[in-house]
Amino acid sequence: MATGGDDLKLLGVWDSPYVNRVQIVLNLKGLSYEYVEEDLLNKSELLLSSNPMHKKVPVLIHGGKPVCESQVIVQYLDEVFAGAGPSILPADPYERATARFWAAFVDDKVGSPWYTILFAREAEKKAEAAALIVAALETLEGAFRDCSGERGGYFGGDGVGFVDVVLGSYLGWFKVIEKMTGVRVLDAARTPLLAAWGERFAAADAAKGVLPDDVDKVLEFLQTFLD
Amino acid sequence: MAAEKKGLQLLDFWVSPFGQRCRIAMAEKGLAYEYLEQDLGNKSELLLRSNPVHKKIPVLLHDGRPVCESLIILQYLDEAFPSTPALLPAGDPYARAQARFWADYVDKKVYDCGSRLWKLKGEPQAEARKEMVEILKTLEGALGEKPYFGGDTFGFVDVAFVPFTAWFLSYERYGEFSVAEVAPKLAAWAKRCGERESVAKNLHPPEKVYEFIGVLKKKYGVE
Repeated sequence: MATGGDDLKLLGVWDSPYVNRVQIVLNLKGLSYEYVEEDLLNKSELLLSSNPMHKKVPVLIHGGKPVCESQVIVQYLDEVFAGAGPSILPADPYERATARFWAAFVDDKVGSPWYTILFAREAEKKAEAAALIVAALETLEGAFRDCSGERGGYFGGDGVGFVDVVLGSYLGWFKVIEKMTGVRVLDAARTPLLAAWGERFAAADAAKGVLPDDVDKVLEFLQTFLD
Repeated sequence: MAAEKKGLQLLDFWVSPFGQRCRIAMAEKGLAYEYLEQDLGNKSELLLRSNPVHKKIPVLLHDGRPVCESLIILQYLDEAFPSTPALLPAGDPYARAQARFWADYVDKKVYDCGSRLWKLKGEPQAEARKEMVEILKTLEGALGEKPYFGGDTFGFVDVAFVPFTAWFLSYERYGEFSVAEVAPKLAAWAKRCGERESVAKNLHPPEKVYEFIGVLKKKYGVE
């Protein structure tokens, strides 16, 4: 086992939004890394020793040292590799606070219901959770208008930023949620700006090949955790 | 309508550990601010306007512009006032990532588990007690032999966690355990922090917190 040096290793699961956002940032910054697919039903020694507190993915291991929690990892990469590729967080302190606020909002108001939809047994709970995501996206439509500015196609303005990668990492799941609950959470009729942003983000080079796009494959994989 | 107020204002609630983080941070940084106590049962126009999404305190207003979420406020204070003592270690991304991780751990675990301790009874309360002891031991592990979570510096994680030291007495009474016994280094850390002026001036006595919980319990109809 190599230690030290500058090598990057990412422990993840292919359909996790939290892992995907780290992969997207690594791509944006043009960083090469070793990806290790974890079996969450049989966690590796490396995962357990790198993240003993939460035992979750993603874990970034940089030169042998682990960094845990996806938003912490993204900010870490932005700071260590400040020269590489675009800055994920803006330079201005107030804009940074705003980006952090919306990123926290996304994981709280989209992420928590997402988890419920995956793992709650009752259809009613899933439906409630889908409605919560719809409401969160309606709020984010307003946030997008405020953050993107005049010409911006992204929350980060001209280019992809922190809120983009955090929210964008759930995009692959929205179609899955639609199949599971019948609710189209991201709908151009309700949130036109966000719907357009979603297409734009999913088509970005950094996101292609990362965000899951095969709904049935995701559902099949999810089933292995529910059985 | 009043013109945008210059300087720093803090919309807060006296016993809130999240608000106290901000008070302590500004004290450590020597930043003057106007403290505005909020009535959470009858939220002000200013609070609702400043935090329309969550309608919660604390909210920091800087020249009238709101910053919400206590840990975000702490980072904002570091970045907007770079000549003041830094909470997050400057120039060390790995140490900063560790600090952010542990502050997030405090956020995810402490308040919630503490609330379950005083809200619940029987088996669920016993579960909460077990969990709280585990949380305190884990945090003690993160502290290690250092005087502060920030090393020699009273830093980000210290500020994030120290307000909860005023709740230790309540956790001990409801959980029937002793912090000094299960996590002696943490208890020593709490005492060390309590000697700092910023902390001493901005935390309420543990008995007052215990009293407050008593009031909350009545309000929620918890016996």
